[in-house]
Amino acid sequence: MKKLESNLPNMVMVLTAITLIASFLLASVYGVTKAPIELAKEKKKEVAIKNVLPPFNRIENDTIEGIVVYKGYKDANWVGTAVESVSKNGFGGEIKIIVGFDAKGCIFNYTVLEQKETPGLGTKMIDWFKTSKNKQSILGKNIAQEELKVSKDGGNIDAMTASTISSRAFLEAVNNAYSTISHYDTHTSATQVSDAATAATPWVENK
Amino acid sequence: MNAIKIVLNGILKENPVFVLLLGMCPTLGTTSSAINGLGMGIATMFVLIGSNTVISLIKNVIPDKIRIPAFVVVIAAFVSIIQMLMEAYLPELYASLGLFIPLIVVNCIVLGRAEAFAAKNGVFHSALDGLGMGLGFSLALTLLGSTRELLGTGKIFNMFIYPEHYGMLIFVLAPGAFIVLGFLIVFVTKLQTSK
Amino acid sequence: MSYIIIFIAAVFVNNIVLSQFLGICPFLGVSKKINTALGMSGAVAFVMTISTIITYLLQKYVLEQFDILFLQTIVFILIISALVQLVEIILKKVSPPLYQALGVFLPLITTNCTILGVAIMTIQKDYTLLEGVVFAISTALGFGLALVIFAGIREQLVFAKIPKAMQGAPIALLVAGLLAMAFMGFTGIV
Repeated sequence: MKKLESNLPNMVMVLTAITLIASFLLASVYGVTKAPIELAKEKKKEVAIKNVLPPFNRIENDTIEGIVVYKGYKDANWVGTAVESVSKNGFGGEIKIIVGFDAKGCIFNYTVLEQKETPGLGTKMIDWFKTSKNKQSILGKNIAQEELKVSKDGGNIDAMTASTISSRAFLEAVNNAYSTISHYDTHTSATQVSDAATAATPWVENK
Repeated sequence: MNAIKIVLNGILKENPVFVLLLGMCPTLGTTSSAINGLGMGIATMFVLIGSNTVISLIKNVIPDKIRIPAFVVVIAAFVSIIQMLMEAYLPELYASLGLFIPLIVVNCIVLGRAEAFAAKNGVFHSALDGLGMGLGFSLALTLLGSTRELLGTGKIFNMFIYPEHYGMLIFVLAPGAFIVLGFLIVFVTKLQTSK
Repeated sequence: MSYIIIFIAAVFVNNIVLSQFLGICPFLGVSKKINTALGMSGAVAFVMTISTIITYLLQKYVLEQFDILFLQTIVFILIISALVQLVEIILKKVSPPLYQALGVFLPLITTNCTILGVAIMTIQKDYTLLEGVVFAISTALGFGLALVIFAGIREQLVFAKIPKAMQGAPIALLVAGLLAMAFMGFTGIV
């Protein structure tokens, strides 16, 4: 077969044809992968929620001021609330975490969803703040009593070695998560009580 | 040229990273660990095989003057396909490679092989060339990733070789990428010339 | 204020070459002399700014409107390569001296990953159009800065005694590594 000549109609025709075929192909692959991509995201979120809340068997989603919160129930008992939170002040950009608070409002656990911190330094946040060593751990802390701050800023949490900025950003995200939830509960505490009539005392009353 | 020779050519004699010095951006940017390097290498290999095959198939219907844009469209299509597949089935790896996946489009190896090999050779040989180059690229990236991970954190593929405490963090960070690659190139050239 | 932060972050802290690893090919390729380094940086700045504006508008008003985001890569790269050609033709007609200075670098730019990289990053970081433009210009400046410093060092390297096996790419990479280490000193200032 001889090569097609480089005249204008030929060039336009061929390029259009190739682009059309490529777009068509991409559209079909998009159709195939759309569901699995959604599923993968859902699953990641599910695992994260499961990880940060006390054992539960039912989740209720709720939205407050555009932020989704996940309330976990064990049978009829409300066991805790998980919320996503973001800090833009990380060393490498945004840090996205999900934090779970138990029924008393104490931090139960957290999972880092996205971060671009320095490998080996700031990335240690993934388990640094869950390790009970010196004053590293934030688990079990109640932000209503004391806002989380690194010890360098007069707080009570040890920052990660050589990563004060990442630590600050991380704690900021945790504090934000708490303020979302406290906001949420003061707004809807009425429904909450009726929701879980037999539930353990909602933590708002414990304040 | 026989089939095995074409594949080996990409892995050894014309290794895209160590010898041709092509595709430096993903080479340096994604090799902070062995698994990332391997993942990037394999993603690039799929694009290379796909684009080489298709370009070799359609090379006769493409007028010379629009050769490059036509090649770029084919490559971009394959990259987008890989991108969507990875997002769907390997979300973890997709997240850690990030921006470098769409940037396979402008990886000089892919367009370079399309120009230098696929546009002149048959379908079968072009696919093999893609395979060889892809393997060579993956090998180089995995080697670089392993070295950096080992020196920086004491691990290879997340398995501890020595305690992390003794790791030299600088090798996982940006400067380490340049330095380790520099020395690896020295070793590879030395090995090849001494043969 | 936020524009200044974008500027400092793009030029120093997240330098496109030395900490993001984009545009390594021209960084190693055209950095043997300060003059060529300057020419390349100029061409990159020019194309990067225009392409960021166009791809941004396309993303917001075409791709997002019609829900065809999966065509992003293909559309962006086509726009960029067409744009490079266009800039070349226009420069040739309108400003021959500028064409003389930048002309030879323009064809190399299509496969320069900084252009596509910045276009995609602008979308990913959710910048406004103006922030995107500031980001593009600052990134180009950072690219130029790295390139010119590197070229300056390499001009001096000619006088150094370098072991034979280290000549060429390896020594260039080592120098780049040291430079990257120096730029790490900027981390944390924004």
